[in-house]
Amino acid sequence: MADEKKTETQDKQMLMKGNEAVGEASIKAGCYCYFAYPITPQTETPEYLSKRMEEENRVFIQAESEVAAINMVFGASAAGVRVMTSSSSPGISLKQEGISYIAGAELPCVIVNVCRGGPGLGNIEASQADYFQSTRGGGHGDYRCIVLAPNSVQECYDMTLNAFDLADYYRMPVLIQSDGIIGQLVEPFQMHPYKPMFDKFPPKDWALTGCAGRKPNVVRTLYLNPANGLELLNRKLEQKYNKIKSELRWCETYNCDNADIIVIAYGASSRIAKSAIKKHNTNGTKIGMFRPKTLWPWPDVELVDIARKNKNVKFLVIEMSMGQMLEDVLLTLMDVVPKKNIYFYGMGGGWNPTPDSVYEKISEIMKK
Amino acid sequence: MNIVKSQPKSIIQDSTKYCPGCGHGIILRLIGEAIDELGIRERMILTAPVGCAVILYDYISCDVIECAHGRAPAVATALKRVHPDKFILLYQGDGDLAAIGTAEIVHAANRGENLSAIFVNNATYGMTGGQMAPTTLVGQKTTTSPFGRTIKGMGKPIRVCEMLSTLEETKYLERTSIHSVRNINKTKAAIRKIFQNQMNGIGFSMVEILSMCPVGWKVSPVEAVQFIEEQMLNYYPLGVYKNVE
Repeated sequence: MADEKKTETQDKQMLMKGNEAVGEASIKAGCYCYFAYPITPQTETPEYLSKRMEEENRVFIQAESEVAAINMVFGASAAGVRVMTSSSSPGISLKQEGISYIAGAELPCVIVNVCRGGPGLGNIEASQADYFQSTRGGGHGDYRCIVLAPNSVQECYDMTLNAFDLADYYRMPVLIQSDGIIGQLVEPFQMHPYKPMFDKFPPKDWALTGCAGRKPNVVRTLYLNPANGLELLNRKLEQKYNKIKSELRWCETYNCDNADIIVIAYGASSRIAKSAIKKHNTNGTKIGMFRPKTLWPWPDVELVDIARKNKNVKFLVIEMSMGQMLEDVLLTLMDVVPKKNIYFYGMGGGWNPTPDSVYEKISEIMKK
Repeated sequence: MNIVKSQPKSIIQDSTKYCPGCGHGIILRLIGEAIDELGIRERMILTAPVGCAVILYDYISCDVIECAHGRAPAVATALKRVHPDKFILLYQGDGDLAAIGTAEIVHAANRGENLSAIFVNNATYGMTGGQMAPTTLVGQKTTTSPFGRTIKGMGKPIRVCEMLSTLEETKYLERTSIHSVRNINKTKAAIRKIFQNQMNGIGFSMVEILSMCPVGWKVSPVEAVQFIEEQMLNYYPLGVYKNVE
């Protein structure tokens, strides 16, 4: 036992799929319940957790549908424990009903979306076309989710640890926006022991535990009086979201000082873009990269800072979608950069750009 | 003067917002009485459905979670898995349980979740103004079946106790009614029974209660009672459909 404890306090070098790293991180973060329904390309997470949750004496249920799974998340979160579900694009669409209720009831939970091609049944290849759905709410009503976008197995692990803390700290759903490539990618990573991100978390005094010794708790989302009820809730949520916008904007910048072109990409496409950028830079050009790690809140202040420092810089937005994050880039830079200096390269077929095609795209812009 | 009945301690208001002649007030009172008698108020977590009974937290003094339409069995499953020592009550109407949430109730029952369920069958959608439910009788007029429900195109009313009784993991299924004092007393006993089953870890237990909706049916409260007696009982026979000890 002593040896086991020792290993829990140290990093371990591991080799896993992104989807499995998400699962192990949830165990480390103290996730007590996991509910899911199989869908490609995320199925390794429920497969992994069906074994690990049993080993840890925690709760695993393969639900009858994604709708049931997210409502189990709703119940477990209301009961006061850490809880997660995962799915892929069509399944996440089904979960949107529950996500809206969870956001409305201000309950913490973690939801992993390993994106695939859409709309409709689409295909099972990697895609980033759920950007609008994740960052604009997705379900009905005025709400947001924190959205984290890993681009490596290491970040699948680390961001899952973070996601549970952020969910509890802000009392809201946190989405991990992975994709088919990142989920299926096998690469070594450091398995860090779980360390809470915050010194203190708000008490879960709202949790449903039976009302012994206190007044009954009610977890609700119905507010029939618009002026005194729902308006107040939505104002409160707006304040919370504004606080998060000021506190939580994560991004990675690479080679941005004095760059001629800055590529903006996240998730799998950022990995592909980086290969192309490195190849260009060995040829004596200056290409940088800006990678949002939080898709909501979007790191707008950071991008504006970069644009202001370098007036002549051009931007190339790369997505495995038809121009969804592009809208956030345009909104962010509308007063800082002429629109003609913002270029877009997207693929919508559930397929990814290659380092060569990104290299060519950068070369074209260099010639203009 | 002898006090025969008084307001249960679990009931926190002596009047409800329900329409005159509605059955929800009676059923909530029976739940309150059963909770008091078994002394389980502080260990209860109730699920509130979508529909007229959503506001049950205004009347019963327990922890409550409001569920999306039809999803209460999934929510309750998680609550019970997290808190096996607490009492989780499903409270669902016919639209909730037999239409939008059919999958959730079937699978929660099939998993043998140790839950107590109350299924209120008033053969209509009460809150939205009396539309056709899966339990609406053949020939019954509603705002969405203005010429009366027909089997062709609308199907026959779903008998939930009979349907769930085919699942081996359901342990107790009974259909009762609240159209008379005698039947109200039988309903009370059934509610106690589903709580006791959960207490004893027996497994999924449900009571289906035939209930009045005079406003949805567009009849007087007295005629609503007659409708249960003369129409509903023929198609929905009362009795115990399953009892596995």
